[in-house]
Amino acid sequence: MTAAMPNFLPVAPEIFVFSMACVILLVDLFLSDARRGVTYLLTQLTLIGAAVLTVKGMSAAAVMTFNGMFVGDALANVLKLAIYGVTFFGFAYSRDYLRERGMYRGEYFVLGLFGVVGMMVMASASHFLTLYLGLELLSLCVYAMVALQRDSGQSTEAAMKYFVLGAMASGLLLYGMSMLYGMTGSLEISAVRKAIEGLSADNVILVFGLVFVVVGIAFKLGAVPFHMWVPDVYHGAPTAVTVYLGTAPKLAAFALVMRLLVGGLEGLAVSWQSMLIILAILSMAAGNVIAIAQDNIKRMLAYSSISHMGFFLLGIVSVSQNGYSSALFYVVVYAVMSLGAFGMVILLSRAGFEAERLDDFKGLNQRSPWHAFLMLLVMISMAGVPPTFGFYAKLLVIQSVINAGMIWLAIVAVLLAVIGAFYYLRVIKLMYFDDADDKAPLGGPADVRVLMGINALALVLLIPWVGVLMEVCRAAIRALAVA
Amino acid sequence: MLNNYVPILIFMAVALIMGVAMVVIGRVLGPHRPDTEKNSPYECGFEAFEDSRMKFDVRYYLVAILFIIFDLEIAFLFPWAVALSEVGMLGFVAMMLFLGILVVGFIYEWKKGALEWE
Repeated sequence: MTAAMPNFLPVAPEIFVFSMACVILLVDLFLSDARRGVTYLLTQLTLIGAAVLTVKGMSAAAVMTFNGMFVGDALANVLKLAIYGVTFFGFAYSRDYLRERGMYRGEYFVLGLFGVVGMMVMASASHFLTLYLGLELLSLCVYAMVALQRDSGQSTEAAMKYFVLGAMASGLLLYGMSMLYGMTGSLEISAVRKAIEGLSADNVILVFGLVFVVVGIAFKLGAVPFHMWVPDVYHGAPTAVTVYLGTAPKLAAFALVMRLLVGGLEGLAVSWQSMLIILAILSMAAGNVIAIAQDNIKRMLAYSSISHMGFFLLGIVSVSQNGYSSALFYVVVYAVMSLGAFGMVILLSRAGFEAERLDDFKGLNQRSPWHAFLMLLVMISMAGVPPTFGFYAKLLVIQSVINAGMIWLAIVAVLLAVIGAFYYLRVIKLMYFDDADDKAPLGGPADVRVLMGINALALVLLIPWVGVLMEVCRAAIRALAVA
Repeated sequence: MLNNYVPILIFMAVALIMGVAMVVIGRVLGPHRPDTEKNSPYECGFEAFEDSRMKFDVRYYLVAILFIIFDLEIAFLFPWAVALSEVGMLGFVAMMLFLGILVVGFIYEWKKGALEWE
């Protein structure tokens, strides 16, 4: 038996990023500390190159390769482009932060790129094994990145917690997958889907497997009650790593949800719908209420991320094309907002000083009106105030929930979002109405200032094109349904 | 379908019976006259020299981890070598890529000094 050569075209971006990561790893070994900028440049060029390859490789129809293990479709392309984008910005924000703390090493960028490969594989997975492979590649990189500052007790503790809980979550996910495999006889997502159509929806073993899969996903998303690791990891990790793990992996987690629950297990939607409703309400409630009590900005943003994950699950809960596409839209918008917020935390930090407390934002308007304005945009967008993208994202998700006939759920979501608005507005109050403890004007390199501006202004200035972006999301979700 | 697993079940049952039987027979038939000397811990016939929970040099772990990677590589190479005539050029190239990736890691650890003991 000789195996046929698989079609490598849909995998070209993954192969490119992976090879470049290997090259950068080797190049970085022979660079002196002073010339570390080469590593940074190569990394950013890799992301740009991957984006070009992905755009060039786009095709209207979904392309399967590697015996149905890997699929190149519109959903994968949209997610991949978003992942490159937020990672590119994240690396740019992190550069000076890392340099000032002696962490400006090749490892950060190389691990980051390998993590990107993992996320890309997740976005394109059409097989349980590929999905798991991508997830583990991402997780292992992130565990190591969290522990990058290995002399700091906080970092190592965060990494340890993340590793132990993450390994357990992976185990639960795998166990669920094995149960599903036992019932359906296949690991290929489309085959699982077909097999489930022939089985009854309350088949005990199927639902048993489903519960484990949902728990695994909830762990990875950081949805309550599986959220314990999120605040500690966001807080303990160096901010440069938090900006990485608080943005792009959320997009990959969306791929996990879509590929598993919608792509493979939509036949069990009756069962997972109610589980996700509970997860969503708990996440929004716990995330928003506990965030109020935080005086550490990174912890506050961690709880905010928990509540946002709950909100995005609402889109999935409505079990409709519209719901899925609004969830995709929500998650991309969240990644951009989160990028801006953590980017600002990095910008406020200097050598030997971590801007971690909410009080560090006091009087930001006196120090730099421009940056205070950008942070204002990010915060009102997170709170969901019009006219920002955050508002449209929330609006679309809630619309899909109402269309699904769950008006009570929409009301709960809006009420909890209002509670959440408090702590976003508090940041604005601190920036504009309080006096700064430290009046030093805000520094930061020119390119980061420009990127930061693009990042925050995009949340408002792109509003006229919200319909176009939404249409892109719809097309991505339609592609999934056809495949 | 489950019939395929019957030998494994028998194997596990036999293993369980053997294990339990040895312990139980020893306990039932053997003489049992404990005293303080017999019950106290000892090291090769002497009194214990130090606490058995001691610190290991972290370098042991490093070496062990690096060893495992290349040990597993060999585990992959054996079946591949046996089946090489059947997997053909594709199998050959795939394994070379795999080895290439491991070599990248090897160069990295070498240059970083992970292989130096002192």
